[in-house]
Amino acid sequence: MTDMPDDRGAGRSAATSTASIMRPDARTKSRNAAEKRFRAYGLGAIVIGILALVFLLASILYRGLPAFTQTYISIDVALPAETLDPEGNRDPAEMAKVITFGYAGLVDDAMQSALEARGIEVEGLNDPGVLISKQAPAQIRDWVLSNPEAVGGTERFDFLATSRIDQYYKGAVTMESAARDSQISPEQLQLADILKDEGMLTRKFNWSFVTAPDASDQRPEAAGLGVAILGSAYMMLIVLGLALPIGVAASIYLEEFAPTNRWTDIIEVNISNLAAVPSIVFGILGLAIFINFGGLPQSAPIVGGLVLTLMTLPTIIISTRASLKSVPPSIRDAALGVGASKMQAVFHHVLPLAGPGILTGTIIGLAQALGETAPLLLIGMVAFVTEYPDAPPEGFFDPATALPVQVYNWTQRADPAFAERASGAIIVLLVFLAIMNITAIVLRRKFERRW
Amino acid sequence: MKDTKISARGVNVYYGANHAIKDVSVEIADKTVTSFIGPSGCGKSTFLRCLNRMNDTIDIARIEGDILIDEEDIYHPDVDPVQLRAKVGMVFQKPNPFPKSIYDNVAYGPKIHGLARNKGELDEIVEKSLKRAAIWEEVKDRLQAPGTGLSGGQQQRLCIARAVATSPEVLLMDEPCSALDPIATSQIEELIDELRGRFSVVIVTHSMQQAARVSQKTAFFHLGDLVEYGDTDDIFTNPQDPRTEKYITGRIG
Ligand SMILES: Nc1ncnc2c1ncn2[C@@H]1O[C@H](COP(=O)(O)OP(=O)(O)OP(=O)(O)O)[C@@H](O)[C@H]1O
Ligand SMILES: [Mg+2]
Repeated sequence: MTDMPDDRGAGRSAATSTASIMRPDARTKSRNAAEKRFRAYGLGAIVIGILALVFLLASILYRGLPAFTQTYISIDVALPAETLDPEGNRDPAEMAKVITFGYAGLVDDAMQSALEARGIEVEGLNDPGVLISKQAPAQIRDWVLSNPEAVGGTERFDFLATSRIDQYYKGAVTMESAARDSQISPEQLQLADILKDEGMLTRKFNWSFVTAPDASDQRPEAAGLGVAILGSAYMMLIVLGLALPIGVAASIYLEEFAPTNRWTDIIEVNISNLAAVPSIVFGILGLAIFINFGGLPQSAPIVGGLVLTLMTLPTIIISTRASLKSVPPSIRDAALGVGASKMQAVFHHVLPLAGPGILTGTIIGLAQALGETAPLLLIGMVAFVTEYPDAPPEGFFDPATALPVQVYNWTQRADPAFAERASGAIIVLLVFLAIMNITAIVLRRKFERRW
Repeated sequence: MKDTKISARGVNVYYGANHAIKDVSVEIADKTVTSFIGPSGCGKSTFLRCLNRMNDTIDIARIEGDILIDEEDIYHPDVDPVQLRAKVGMVFQKPNPFPKSIYDNVAYGPKIHGLARNKGELDEIVEKSLKRAAIWEEVKDRLQAPGTGLSGGQQQRLCIARAVATSPEVLLMDEPCSALDPIATSQIEELIDELRGRFSVVIVTHSMQQAARVSQKTAFFHLGDLVEYGDTDDIFTNPQDPRTEKYITGRIG
């Protein structure tokens, strides 16, 4: 290795020639290779995970985003006084006697006159009013009852187009499929194209998808998530209001105060088991206890909230205990050492340090509860609800649905418009989950800045 | 001979099946520094923690015998350990500041015991305590900075400041200088010497020199036994037990 005749130099090089750190020996080589392999596995796992996530998100966005836009037809509607206000006194109470059915003709008439005014004619077309949603008469009636003085004149309305027209522009309905479809004809699609050229038919962002209640099979274009979002929000309020204090109190007691004996061991095992109980079991429990025994109303957020609270409690307790455990015992010693009581030590020192962990656990629990479907089906939250629940606390007892149940419900319905809305509802659900997680992260940052 | 502050009689401590302290009886004098020495694992910390009932927090620990402070049995069922610990302060082996500001670390004890009537008094206690722990100069400009951001030695002095802030009558120190440099160590030793004027100080140390420098009384523990207890000068110059002699001359470790 060295040409130097120097004794010391030669000796050293002989000793180090076998152990030069420049050339890795066999053991090191195999160790490094193992590490490299492991890294590759890990990277591969992450790549697979990300790909799956991207694929999932892309397919949901691709299928669900169209639900947020909807085709509208805007036409002038004549509001004849003789049919809408037979008494002639413009009194909304009197006018309310004319039921929605009395408005049905107006839409057809408006369509006819709009076509005539523009000289639009389509060969073999019958019933052009079919292009407009069956929602339209109710829409006119609502507007007229709140603007009675407009009766007798003409008003421009933006009506939803029927779901078939809407789907035509979203690509699910074609001329060929329309020929075989009893609800739409190719001629009607031609008319829609003409209306589009005339600027009467437009595709707009559809807020009512997020705000409107569910709608029947006759008018899928009008169906929205309003009631489901409210129902889910109410249930989350109940879960947060019950599960967080109960869960944290139980955890603090178990972790900091309870003696370790057979009883606490049994409780601990049972809590872990409870976390693994299938959620549908909680639904059966809720049905038996809260509805059949407790006499609470079916389909109500209060029952859903209670069931989800039971379901979320173990999650919160387990994560809270874990974060309490992770607070170094030396902090407790320090507090006790200066003469703090056990409770002061816990509330002044341990709990603030465990806070971020508790928060994360709670949010995970809430997110689980938000996405939970099975137990809600059992307590009747799958009912078809078109009335908004009242404001809480009374609203907790009104019928409502929940977001995931609404998704399930819509996937069960035949019309393709509902399939699209189911994906749209999933997007809304994901947005809420994302908001919750971001809130958790933000709050955690804020907490942790106080070390 | 000064008054007896702490008197332990026939104390046995068990961690489960492990008999960690074996029938130890000792009288600790008031206004005196007593040092506990002995090889690692011989039970110095365990015995020290008995004196302010910190062992209560360890589920498997079981304590037998009597420990009296000012003639009162601290393990009597009527004794509130919280009140006891306000009277018997403790500095732990590992520095354990609260993850709060330096100020809050020191102010916490006085706050919960209601020792200050207003912010001004509290500020005063904090400043006085930090000065006595020989750390005031280093932290006076950053009292609101986190206590956990200090160096290990600074953290330990902060913990000492925290312990003296509640004006205890007895101060238990478990190797308070193990993380300190010689300068800080000598500052702490000065502090201990000064504290002796008012408190009874019990200090666990692995440094013979330190025991010899700061303490008037020394207790030598070995495998859970109190082998020898007496005036520091006697222990170091004229040990009675061969184990003591071997230890202080460096032959048991
Ligand atoms: N929390 C505990 N649980 C169980 N055994 C313990 C516990 N703390 C200490 N022991 C045991 O009690 C004996 C005495 O330990 P102790 O900590 O009192 O030793 P020490 O003299 O302070 O040692 P060192 O000088 O290393 O700090 C040891 O055998 C130790 O294993
Ligand atoms: Mg020790």
